[in-house]
Amino acid sequence: MNATPNPSAESLLEAARRWRERIPGDLHEHVVEAIYAEAERIAGRALSRPDRAARTTWEQRLDRIVTSRVWGFPIMAALFTLMFWLTISGANVPSQLLASLLVDQAHPWLREVTTALGWPAWLRGVLVDGAYLGTAWVVSVMLPPMAIFFPLFTLLEDFGYLPRVAFNLDALFKKAGAHGKQAMSLMMGFGCNAAGVVATRIIDSPRERLLAILTNNFSLCNGRWPTQILLATLFLGALAPPHLEGVVAALAVAGVAGLGVAFALGTSWLLSRTVLRGEVSTFSLELPPYRPPRIGQTLYTSLLDRTLIVLGRAVTFALPAGAVIWLCANVRVGEASVAEHVIRFLDPVGFWLGLNGVILLAYIIAIPANEIVIPTILMLTVTVTGMTELGAGTGVMFELEDVRSLKELLARGGWTTLTAVNLMLFSLLHNPCSTTLYTIYKETGSARWTALAALLPLALGALVCAGVAAVWRAVAGG
Amino acid sequence: MNPAPPLAPTAPNAAPAAGACATCDVYRAARLRKLGVNVDRWDHVVALAGNPNTGKSTVFNALTGLRQHTGNWPGKTVTRAEGGFQYDGRRYKLVDLPGTYSLLSTSTDEQIARDFLLFGQPDVTVIVADATRLERNLNLTLQVLEITPRAVLCVNLVDEARRLGWRVDDRQLARDLGVPVVLTAARHGEGLSDLLRAIADVATGRVACRPRRLMADPPALQPALQDLIARLEAAFPGLPNARWVALRLLAGDEAITEAVRRGELGQLRDPGVLSPAGAPATATP
Repeated sequence: MNATPNPSAESLLEAARRWRERIPGDLHEHVVEAIYAEAERIAGRALSRPDRAARTTWEQRLDRIVTSRVWGFPIMAALFTLMFWLTISGANVPSQLLASLLVDQAHPWLREVTTALGWPAWLRGVLVDGAYLGTAWVVSVMLPPMAIFFPLFTLLEDFGYLPRVAFNLDALFKKAGAHGKQAMSLMMGFGCNAAGVVATRIIDSPRERLLAILTNNFSLCNGRWPTQILLATLFLGALAPPHLEGVVAALAVAGVAGLGVAFALGTSWLLSRTVLRGEVSTFSLELPPYRPPRIGQTLYTSLLDRTLIVLGRAVTFALPAGAVIWLCANVRVGEASVAEHVIRFLDPVGFWLGLNGVILLAYIIAIPANEIVIPTILMLTVTVTGMTELGAGTGVMFELEDVRSLKELLARGGWTTLTAVNLMLFSLLHNPCSTTLYTIYKETGSARWTALAALLPLALGALVCAGVAAVWRAVAGG
Repeated sequence: MNPAPPLAPTAPNAAPAAGACATCDVYRAARLRKLGVNVDRWDHVVALAGNPNTGKSTVFNALTGLRQHTGNWPGKTVTRAEGGFQYDGRRYKLVDLPGTYSLLSTSTDEQIARDFLLFGQPDVTVIVADATRLERNLNLTLQVLEITPRAVLCVNLVDEARRLGWRVDDRQLARDLGVPVVLTAARHGEGLSDLLRAIADVATGRVACRPRRLMADPPALQPALQDLIARLEAAFPGLPNARWVALRLLAGDEAITEAVRRGELGQLRDPGVLSPAGAPATATP
């Protein structure tokens, strides 16, 4: 679009301005009033309904409960925890099945075939031990939780519960100086932050829209749910007696998600009192009717659309990342591999954050997509601990027999409960993925706001992790 | 509420089974070919407008065979989605617009909807309304009819209205509004064949719309309107809805003022630039 000012347009606008001054009253208001009166009349003639009082339906009673001051938040927490619990306890078995199929069986077979075909070692390394294994890992770790979590979430969405959540959160957002509709875009962010950023278009005021864009990253996205779920299962669930493992892990994930909302509120509060000062606008939020979810349709679309799209994205990024990891671990500079050099360099920073160099390197490699952070960490851990009995060689994502052996591996890599907790926190609080950043840039049209959107959560993450590590070490003496 | 319905209430799915195959759902549905996103050429452009959460995307999916994500919440569609279908030998491009309560406000999603209706010049605008919230939905319907005469009102979610024991008199509505009215329950495919026929009727001109223009413009406004319309038509030759634009200018609508200043009225009118609304970067800070 060019924006050359049109001389006839200017004189036209000038004429409009002069006419406007001569018209008595507010024309806009007259128009709106006329429309409303007419709509009421037409609707009254076309609609026949029985006694209105009969409409104290179960829906209204349900709404009174799920949006009540007393029960609203406990019900929210309980529903989300239930969802995580179903995901965590349901994903275990298929995860192991997929891993034994793709990793334990297909991978050695591929190695044999490529050896028989006479592939050089480096090519087999990059493609089979790097790209293929990385992808196989992503599929077996991510597919089952997604295949359970997304349909559950979509059912809840179809039923109409999410606007009620937004309704409950509305008052809090208003107190934080933000638009109530920000709660809606935050809910969208639980699926994908890029989608959540686009969803902020429902907010009229540019100031409030920017608040919503900058804080959307605090809602855990598809790519980060599996990370949270896996870590919570391995490290936090394991602290509890066996029959409570699933529940504790689910509570931990719900806690992190809740913490994300808290950070979104806190950051909005802070921003609206510093760089983004202004009035809070009012709006009306419509609670849609509850609709019985169409189970078949939901399963179909959430499996095909969400699960496969997210998985496809993860695989797209896992393929090259797997190759990069293999190269990092196998290209040697002096005594050690590139990976080892970088990890040693990052270790002091990692310690300070309550993490370690491996995790930081994994985040650097996985900048394009949060989905592959965990597989990258695992593969790098194998490299530095040199646990060749678990892996088939340096830089090979190890063969996984059951999920427990993961924990053993990580423990040997120097992991403690603190590491896991801080990784969960860091996974919540760090820069948005590349797709989200690009979307933010497109929506704001500003490199400055995009940079703030990237740096703000990263700084917060570093601060929170360092704080937790310091307190933890002071208390536990570790 | 409605003391004396002037007409015998019509059945929800109003096609009278007159024995002719041509009115049978099976036959008519068979004339529908869902084209998905393959709409490189088309005979007619159809826009889907309506309040948030009335099932626009469900109607869109049912007609195009696409699987736009539908969700039970207002504000799910914030960009335009496009798809196509072929009905009765003609190809239609269907544009799913963001839900909007009015065409008079300033948020990006509502501007996308308004700009498309104003300047994209769809051949038919289907207004999807929620049968259980008819009065509020008619507010938007009346505003759309101010902009474009070629419209079909699709009263969706009649299944929910039935559940409440409500009945919508589609013929009374059609008489009051001056455009075809179809009752649907898109989730279950009910009424879609009637909707298709109504779209085709309006697109091909078999049915002429005589929409209710609610504002018999107050006499005090006449000189102002005439002057501005003349100026608009001089500055933007061939502009449709000059009267509506003039009214908005008189009401001090800033978005429209800005569009006039930047000369975007003229550019959006060009069918070659049908889709600038997908990139709202200009509307953000």
